[in-house]
Amino acid sequence: MDKQAEGENGMIDFLYFFINPALLKSTLVLSTPILFACLAGLFSERAGIVDIGLEGKLLLAAFGSAAFAAYTGNAWLGMFMGVFVSILFSMLHGFSAITLHGNQLISGVAVNFLAVGLTGFLGKAWFHQGGNTPALSGNSRFTAIDLPFAESIGKIPFIGAFYEDVLSGNAIWVYVALLCVPLTAFIVYKTRFGLRLLAVGEEPSAVDTAGISVPKLRYKALLISGILVGLGGVYLSNGMLAGFGPKMSAERGYMALAALIFAKWRPWQSLWSCMLFGYFAAFAIRYGSYDFPVIGRVPSQFMDALPYILTIIVLGGFIGKAIAPKAVGEPYSKEH
Amino acid sequence: MDDKIPAWLDVIVLPLMSLMIAFFVTGLIVLSIGANPFSVAQAMIEGAILRPSGLGYTLYYTTTYILTGLAVAVAFHAAMFNIGGEGQAMVAGVGVAIAALALDSTHWMITLPVAMILSMVFGAFWALLPAYLQAKRGSHIVITTIMMNFIASAVVGYIVIYVLRDNVAGANETRRFLEGAHIPRASDMLSWIGIDGYSKSVPMNITFFVALIAAVAVYYLIWRTRLGYEIRAFGLSSSAAQYAGTSPVKIIIIAMLISGALAGLMANNSVMGEQVKLGLNPVNGAGFIGIAVALMGRNHPVGIVLAAFLFGVLVQGGAELSFSYPAVSRDIVDVIKGLVILFVGALDNMLRIPMEHWWINRQKAKMA
Amino acid sequence: MSVSIDLQQPGTPAVDIPESSRMIELRDISKSFGPVKANSGIDLIVERGKIHGIVGENGAGKSTLMSILYGFYSADRGSIEINGKKKNIKNPQDAIAAGIGMVHQHFMLVAPFSVLDNIILGEEKNFILKKTRENARAKINALAEEYEMQVDLDAITGELSVGLQQRVEILKALYREADLLILDEPTGVLTPSEADHLFRILDMLREQGKTIIIITHKLREIMAITDTVSIMRRGKMSPSIWTKDTNPKDLATLMVGRDVVLKVEKKKAKPEGEVLRVENLNVTNALGVQKLKNLSFTIRAGEVLGVAGVAGNGQTELLEILAGMMPAGSGQVLYFDEPLDISKRAKPDQRRKRGIGHIPEDRHRRGLVKPFKTWENTAFGYHNFPRYSKKYGFADQKFMREDATDKMERFDIRPRNINLPAANFSGGNQQKIVCAREIDQAPKLILIGQPTRGVDIGAIEFIHKEIIRMRDEGAAVLLISVELDEILSLSDRVIVLLDGAIVGEREADKTNVNDLGLLMAGIEEKEASNG
Repeated sequence: MDKQAEGENGMIDFLYFFINPALLKSTLVLSTPILFACLAGLFSERAGIVDIGLEGKLLLAAFGSAAFAAYTGNAWLGMFMGVFVSILFSMLHGFSAITLHGNQLISGVAVNFLAVGLTGFLGKAWFHQGGNTPALSGNSRFTAIDLPFAESIGKIPFIGAFYEDVLSGNAIWVYVALLCVPLTAFIVYKTRFGLRLLAVGEEPSAVDTAGISVPKLRYKALLISGILVGLGGVYLSNGMLAGFGPKMSAERGYMALAALIFAKWRPWQSLWSCMLFGYFAAFAIRYGSYDFPVIGRVPSQFMDALPYILTIIVLGGFIGKAIAPKAVGEPYSKEH
Repeated sequence: MDDKIPAWLDVIVLPLMSLMIAFFVTGLIVLSIGANPFSVAQAMIEGAILRPSGLGYTLYYTTTYILTGLAVAVAFHAAMFNIGGEGQAMVAGVGVAIAALALDSTHWMITLPVAMILSMVFGAFWALLPAYLQAKRGSHIVITTIMMNFIASAVVGYIVIYVLRDNVAGANETRRFLEGAHIPRASDMLSWIGIDGYSKSVPMNITFFVALIAAVAVYYLIWRTRLGYEIRAFGLSSSAAQYAGTSPVKIIIIAMLISGALAGLMANNSVMGEQVKLGLNPVNGAGFIGIAVALMGRNHPVGIVLAAFLFGVLVQGGAELSFSYPAVSRDIVDVIKGLVILFVGALDNMLRIPMEHWWINRQKAKMA
Repeated sequence: MSVSIDLQQPGTPAVDIPESSRMIELRDISKSFGPVKANSGIDLIVERGKIHGIVGENGAGKSTLMSILYGFYSADRGSIEINGKKKNIKNPQDAIAAGIGMVHQHFMLVAPFSVLDNIILGEEKNFILKKTRENARAKINALAEEYEMQVDLDAITGELSVGLQQRVEILKALYREADLLILDEPTGVLTPSEADHLFRILDMLREQGKTIIIITHKLREIMAITDTVSIMRRGKMSPSIWTKDTNPKDLATLMVGRDVVLKVEKKKAKPEGEVLRVENLNVTNALGVQKLKNLSFTIRAGEVLGVAGVAGNGQTELLEILAGMMPAGSGQVLYFDEPLDISKRAKPDQRRKRGIGHIPEDRHRRGLVKPFKTWENTAFGYHNFPRYSKKYGFADQKFMREDATDKMERFDIRPRNINLPAANFSGGNQQKIVCAREIDQAPKLILIGQPTRGVDIGAIEFIHKEIIRMRDEGAAVLLISVELDEILSLSDRVIVLLDGAIVGEREADKTNVNDLGLLMAGIEEKEASNG
């Protein structure tokens, strides 16, 4: 009897080790900016535009929102500025990719360099704190929100604990990001705009011959993409952290692209793949120096690389083929 | 697209005009924080070219950018966009460190060739998987090389921390290489020809000449050999290459291996030439700058050497700014890089299309 | 050079349609792409409730004209009237509003979409699709019922057969309530039974009062389905004639005829041993259409075998299989009694080493690397031959330049500048670069596709003489051309391809344009003499 109970306890400990509230909450926090960027990438790539500048836009929006929130003392004004900056660079990318038929990859690389340079340069010049913005607090900060009835529901085992300790107590942008998933799924699959969006990324000539302007549609998609990745940046500097720091996007834009591929360009799968990648990151932070039985320490580098390794495996078609929207990356011109 | 305007407009005038616009926008940004763009430019040029030690630093950066620029260019001639120079050079850094740690009790003339070979092999190896996936499975090389960059960063981090780390000193880096892996720096080479007194800390080193030789070699490879001829034919018209009997798999893989090897060579400069040990990030964005260099240099070795020097000046000049203009941080260099890539690369058609119209009208006017 | 083209068959009355029953009237439509005049001064009137056919070779300008009508391109000049009203069609939206529907040669369908979604794309009406989808389903089902075009609305479009996909395209147009339906090469990808079904549908549409324009190069179809017909050649349009007043033979000659007949001086061939033997060659393309059917023929040294036929009847596949660029399905090819590899592993450069030259049909995509300089192009494909090679993998560029200079001189390629990129030469001179390269290697067998397409008269004459010279020097020549005059004046023997099969073989001096035209159109001799 005793031994069995011990075994059961061991099992529960084992599970608790991998799914405990702290780890899950950290997963949720870490996956939120990736999720915003991933959904942004979904809109742009589904419209046929590759955007490796997501990384840069995350950074620019993080800077824009933190800087403006610090300047005005108002978190919401900061948010608008962050999103505005992100849209601005999305439109620049659109101008290059859609209007000028330029190389979309090169334009993305340019945005990424500009992001690092501009945020560093202006940040140092404006705030004299080595590239950091002043710490945000009070009205300039998006604070954690307690979900309704968190305490009373929290008494229910498992689900209640999950509600109180993981879901509740996050900045508003975590909930916005989660809501964006069904919203994206709805827009993409259930609306006129979504139908045209999917069509223009697959077969722009079909859209054109149906009497719909391909450039307008693609600009709209980039506008949405700019707003989404902008919100991701806002959350980074104002929510997840309380201020901007140099290069704080820390490759999350690229990870979002990987997650998008891993999700095969689908909204709900994007949520799961971002959560998975967020979990890897949370795990690496929490158990970086933990000695596991048999395998010993799991190097954080392994967890860092795991999302990319998984993505390459999917890309190579070794586990289910990830097929990109057919027209992605190709400028559309009907003249021959 | 091609041949609407003559080569001199395409290769010289267009990039220079784009460069001017990039500089102009940079000037506006500098102006926006209340600094004088002209005196900033002057300080940068002074610190990067006119001061002898500054020039040494500039040439150190130039070395790196020549190699990563050539790497991008070779792949580009085969119509492959190798955005993975960063990761390839990083992994090559491990190769250099292995050679140096193993041989640094001998002589640099033994260590350097071995390190060069290992760096090229490691760099090429890191380009192999994306090349294979592109050639055989059609997985887009841009995405796979980006992924490989991050995997490289993790792998190199692991190797440095868990395998090669010097536990005595305690930092996340190898031990400092011994004398046998100290390759000649500018000060050493100048003293060979009887000029003494140049700063020993200036990291410009013998690999500068390796980079120049690599540029010449790439020229010969691309424009003089039959392989280069096939690479260019494939890159310009894959359907014509098929007619000629050139295997696309062969061209993609060979071009990417050469590209990876060139990116890998860069690690000799930074690991042995400057740091004299391997840290966590021996590349520091140079792989991405290679894209800008290749764009600017129109994928030709001569253009690449010039563009690499330009970027060397920018990076070194930016570093100098912190002394003379504390308000203007060196981040301005990243802004310039971004603007150069933007105007020379992404927005190229903004100037090209009007220029084509202008040229065609001019030709018509001449005929009339 | 400018040669006036008389596209009207003498003695055939032109169609005269009273103004009140004109569905569509095009006046003086012209369109150029750079220096190329795709359409020049085109007039066309189509009567309401009739099927009009436009025939013409590839590149004659048919698709461009229809794209203008559909608002895909804008015309440089000219006017469009629909039901007597002048319309300014700037984009497909305008065309749809004017009641025009188009089924493009390459379907404009989103492969991963359901059939339903493809049909409603662009006509969704509400922001939320649910209602539109429901209404559309009912409407489409009614249409499908009426015209016998059943198709599963929930099927994934990309997984449907080509015939069904075309049905989706037609439903798309009908869903938009098109009164005028344009079909561009509708049967090119269909099996014969699918084509028959399509014709029944078109018949029904006509009965319902719809007007149809059908573009094709298949004369049988024109005869079977159309009321009126007009011919396009080199961007120009003939007056319309009643289909019942004409016959496939006349149409064929009008369609493929050359402006001026060029006669090449040549002696009687003295064929020797067999060089190439093709046995039971078959190939099926990715869409499952059989493009070559049991092809068997031989070519001897010192003779020219001409392959006649309307474009798209298997010529490209035949050429590319023999050149090692594409695998065959089954069959055997013997070259000097030894088998040639016609599998996936076949290599074009191995063919060259064995003395097989190839002037490809498409010099822009295949024969030249257009940004390459002339001296680089004159060795293209042969660059690994010892004569162009030096040690250690280097190319002998000095020799390549000398060789190019020499070739430019002997083939009179102008401007005589070996450093000029191929893209900067005229079509005729580009073709001469390809010919100079291939002919100069003195191949034992040379495969030639459309040697004079887009080439000026002077260059045509030159290239023709070179082909005869090769023959006289003992080479075996396979000549594929859609130009009947060219086939007749160069060949010693002629085979005719129709739907991937050989439908006739003739001695060149015992046949003529009419005879070949009948074979190309798929009319049996008996039928022809009876009719």
